[in-house]
Amino acid sequence: MPAVGGPQIARVFRAEYGRAVAALIGVFGDVDVAEEAVQEAFAAAVARWPSRGIPPSPAGWIITTARRRAIDRLRREAARPDRHAQAALLHEGGEPAQEGPVRDDRLRLIFTCCHPALGGAAQVALTLRLLGGLTTAEIARAFLVPEPTMAQRLVRAKAKIRAARIPYRVPAEGELPDRLRTVLAVVYLIFNEGYTASSGDQLVRPDLCAEAIRLGRVLAELMPDEPEVTGLLALMLLTESRRPARTTASGGLVLLAEQDRGRWNQALIVEGQALVRRCLRRGRPGPYQIQAAINAVHSDAPTTAATDWPQILALYDQLLALAPSPVAALNRAVAVAEVQGPAAALELVDDLRLDGYYVFHAIRADLLRRLGRAAEAALSYDAAIACTQNAAEREFLGHRLRSL
Amino acid sequence: MTQYLLSVYQPDGPIPPPEVLGPMTAELGILNDELRAAGAWVFSGGLHPPETATVVRLKDGDVLLTDGPFTEGKEHLGGFTIISVPDLDAALAWARRFTKITGLPTEVRPFADRSQGR
Repeated sequence: MPAVGGPQIARVFRAEYGRAVAALIGVFGDVDVAEEAVQEAFAAAVARWPSRGIPPSPAGWIITTARRRAIDRLRREAARPDRHAQAALLHEGGEPAQEGPVRDDRLRLIFTCCHPALGGAAQVALTLRLLGGLTTAEIARAFLVPEPTMAQRLVRAKAKIRAARIPYRVPAEGELPDRLRTVLAVVYLIFNEGYTASSGDQLVRPDLCAEAIRLGRVLAELMPDEPEVTGLLALMLLTESRRPARTTASGGLVLLAEQDRGRWNQALIVEGQALVRRCLRRGRPGPYQIQAAINAVHSDAPTTAATDWPQILALYDQLLALAPSPVAALNRAVAVAEVQGPAAALELVDDLRLDGYYVFHAIRADLLRRLGRAAEAALSYDAAIACTQNAAEREFLGHRLRSL
Repeated sequence: MTQYLLSVYQPDGPIPPPEVLGPMTAELGILNDELRAAGAWVFSGGLHPPETATVVRLKDGDVLLTDGPFTEGKEHLGGFTIISVPDLDAALAWARRFTKITGLPTEVRPFADRSQGR
């Protein structure tokens, strides 16, 4: 976070940064102008709010202040032959931003950040930067890339938005399903990178999970009629609910079957299950909703044995019919193992081509172990270890291998 | 309005036979007419094969000519269209149609215009 002092102002920053940047892009038509202005406004808030108190509408105050500062700065720059500043000033002059209820431009902004003309890494970085207000250093740390690399990625992406005129709008009805899929995929990718870091020492990066859930809540608030948006939020909440039980005190991985279910976060479960029920009532299922429903079944069960596996299997069948993928088929096989036994599951797993995916080898190893084929199980654990860079996962797999 | 260069890249080698090329040329003609009717058309043209190219370059202060294209690769620029549309989404929508007709990749690149210069 930039130099914002005081926990209250920091909270406002987290909650309102994206909204303010989105509003300012709407005014000036330029990402850099918007970001600089909003950062200046927060700097002004740090100087002013401690003595005068937080205004009734902090977002309104930030947006109004940012707009005023931007105009002043652009006028100074436009006095020199700066065409960029002139263009931004020309763009300005619409309706004045008002302190009070704030028009919400965040939806437009997220569709711009997740435009398919931008690469996946750029989409993620832009979304975290512009909507989440994460600093370049924070994003670089989260994805374990050097800060200059991340800075360059962001600069390039913003330059492309400007030069290629990536539009700042919510796509039309006809394009919306495709474009929304990209947005949801970006949010879910952020969540998953937080939930199981693809490399590094820590299994979980809770800050990324929290940010993805925050984005999910914003989307659910702004697109209440899209069931997949609700489904994704429910899926993230229910997955997150298990985080406290998912690692040992020393950071090691604990499998679902062995988790202390008393440590699951009940508030998140209640919220996630309510969202799943809302999705069911709508009757327009999609992949995120079904995965959320699967997680809701897990969160209902007091133990692994008491889990309604036939129900989970039926949901996986539905998921595969709707969105077939080898990973979904692999997860379905885990449910098959519980309903029909490990032999039937192994047969399914052996048909899958997922050689580079450590979970594939780990599941295969576990099925072989349950079938008493220890030597083959050991080979599969070795293959799994070779496929992951995450230290906690490697440690976990090594432990399994040794206890064969 | 922003102008975009839509470049069509095609593999080196013989051009497709007339029974393939004919309908393709006809469809491209219709697409170009639509671009004109929409007020988006600026310029378009197909190019002779890369072997017909000549490169002019400076070497030690002298101008040197070489036979053949500037870059040798497996693909070459086959032709291009310049369009003028409000934003990238509009440009991509036209590019999609070019690609559907030709079956070839289309590169979409914005022209640097003065209001955007830095």
